[in-house]
Amino acid sequence: MLATAPSSTIPANAPQAATLPPAFEPRLLAGQLPSAGPESWEQHRSRLGELPGASARRAIIATIERSGLIGRGGGGFPVGRKWRSVAERSRRGAVVVANGAEGEPRSAKDRALMHLRPHLVIDGGLVAAQAIGAEELVVYVGTEHQEAVRSMRRAIAERARRELVAIRLVEAPRGYVSGESTAVVHYLNARDARPTFARERPFERGVGSRPTLVQNVESLAHAALIARFGDAWYRQAGRCRTRGTALVTVSGPVLAPGVREIEYGLTLAELLAMSGGATAEIGAVLIGGYFGGWASVEDLWELPLDPIELAEAQLGFGCGLIGLLDAEACGVRATARIVGYMAAESARQCGPCIFGLGAMATALERLATCRPVPGDLENLARWSLQISGRGACHHPDGAAALLTSGLRVFRDEFDRHQRGSCAHPTGPVGG
Amino acid sequence: MGTSLQVDRVRCEGFGMCAELLPEVIELDDWGYPIVRGGLLPEDLRDLAERAVEVCPVLALRLVPPERVRSALQPRSLAPHTVLRSHGGG
Amino acid sequence: MSESILWYATRGAGFVSLIMLTGVVCLGILTSVRWQRPGWPRFLTVQLHQSVSLLSLVFLAIHILVAVVDPYTSLGLAALVPFASRYRTIWLGLGAVALYLVIAITGTSLIRNSLGHRAWRVVHWLTYAAWPIALVHGIGTGSDAGAVWSWLLDGACVAAALGATAWRIGYARSARAERERALPALERR
Repeated sequence: MLATAPSSTIPANAPQAATLPPAFEPRLLAGQLPSAGPESWEQHRSRLGELPGASARRAIIATIERSGLIGRGGGGFPVGRKWRSVAERSRRGAVVVANGAEGEPRSAKDRALMHLRPHLVIDGGLVAAQAIGAEELVVYVGTEHQEAVRSMRRAIAERARRELVAIRLVEAPRGYVSGESTAVVHYLNARDARPTFARERPFERGVGSRPTLVQNVESLAHAALIARFGDAWYRQAGRCRTRGTALVTVSGPVLAPGVREIEYGLTLAELLAMSGGATAEIGAVLIGGYFGGWASVEDLWELPLDPIELAEAQLGFGCGLIGLLDAEACGVRATARIVGYMAAESARQCGPCIFGLGAMATALERLATCRPVPGDLENLARWSLQISGRGACHHPDGAAALLTSGLRVFRDEFDRHQRGSCAHPTGPVGG
Repeated sequence: MGTSLQVDRVRCEGFGMCAELLPEVIELDDWGYPIVRGGLLPEDLRDLAERAVEVCPVLALRLVPPERVRSALQPRSLAPHTVLRSHGGG
Repeated sequence: MSESILWYATRGAGFVSLIMLTGVVCLGILTSVRWQRPGWPRFLTVQLHQSVSLLSLVFLAIHILVAVVDPYTSLGLAALVPFASRYRTIWLGLGAVALYLVIAITGTSLIRNSLGHRAWRVVHWLTYAAWPIALVHGIGTGSDAGAVWSWLLDGACVAAALGATAWRIGYARSARAERERALPALERR
């Protein structure tokens, strides 16, 4: 890991009580505890009341825009603006797709939300449908998340006959790219979950050639609450420039890993405290998931987990995955595993992804096992630049960005591997 | 009035004829796939560009209005709301 | 006398058409396998392929026109309807079939931009049917089937087409293998 003093890593028994954040009211996960399982429609309605009537909901786009709600699927695109662009193109007959594919393997927040609060997700879908003039809501859930599938299916069965919007559930095929917007539309149209490069984007022409809104399930859940309580209420949460709360997944050596709801602006230190503290020294953090990047623990320790703050530090909030890497784990091997996974998950449609990402994965594997070919390290940097932006979707870009962050954070380790040795030959498997 | 060149990344099979005809704007990567220089196509290259579009065996090259070009992922240094990622559907 | 000249013209134009069509097939395959040499860029191959195919249509047109008006065989326009002619019905019929295939293939290529790549490609595969049918037509209708030079010519065309096709198949196999090798296999739990 870092060749600096041990004090740069976080000891397992660091004072925790002092860094526990002030309690705040969860919003998405308000209500019964996760251990109680899915919230029924009865409980949902008695806790939150009914959704505002149709006439109130038509003005919802402006409310969502004022709230500053940004997408929770990884892109962080303003939700109100997205809804407006679909609404402008549809008379009626648009389609809303609640995207719960969650192809990112270690992110668990979408499936947790769908499992525990299915009616909130459906509410959000209905609010979006009303806003953009859609008569169809498709809930797209990753087939490997069977708990979430069952919970959503039950909830949809309870609601289907009582709503004007046709609601159906579609199980998304396994795969990292099956949650990509054009892949979602392609699957719903032709049972083929590979991204497309059509001239028109989904919001112009998507499912059944109709304007389609593909929106992450967590974004929709927040919208459902904004529809009830307003944008001013939404903006009350948040410590820095980004307002609101978000679900994050904490994974790695902590006492209580898993999904939590946090206020934007919480620091990593506070989040670790919330998660029961670290059970090993932390060396680096993967922030934003495989589509995010590595950060050294000092860079991130006091940095607010806020999309704007993170972006200014050349990092990204992404899908809210915080993957902690043990200080004894090899950063090169962790990076190689992730890039290898992303290479295997390529849709195999575009040359730069097949051959470029493939070459990167192969070279990384050689570096990880300390058997590099001369030039591997230089080629990796060059290939990252070459493949970025040259696929039909952003899959190669994500892998390239992850590799670049790894080359930066684990610089010394990579140099050492290029010379044929590893500082953590028996370390735990990370990444 | 200006146009730009756009490669259909799914259709492209790396024939590389576009790079032969327009080396000023298109170069090939390590595996024979085209890298198109961003921005507007210079007007004096317009005819050659049209020939390149014609000649591509898989019709992967298009001339499109510049605002329609699907460009690279924007750098992280921009504020998150200007980062456009199609992955995850927002 | 004049009848003989027309007959020679028909057969001559027929052979030239076959040679040119063989050339077109080979150039098409050279395009697919991305053949190039220093000083011979790949786009030149495809443009030559397009030019030669149009030129071969000219010779094909001459071949058909002369055959149709020739009073010796009195084929008439029935020659253009597959298997409607009384003279060497089957062999001539095959010629008509080959003609229509060639028209479809070249026609779709001319409107490729509006037709779209997928539809164009499906029709273009018919080349592998059109060429052998044209060859068989030539062998069956030719009255100099015994002459050495005609066998040599046919043999050369067959060798070229078969060789090019074998190259094409080999290239497709190795390209597919390279693609498969490039990425690690999917591991699904």
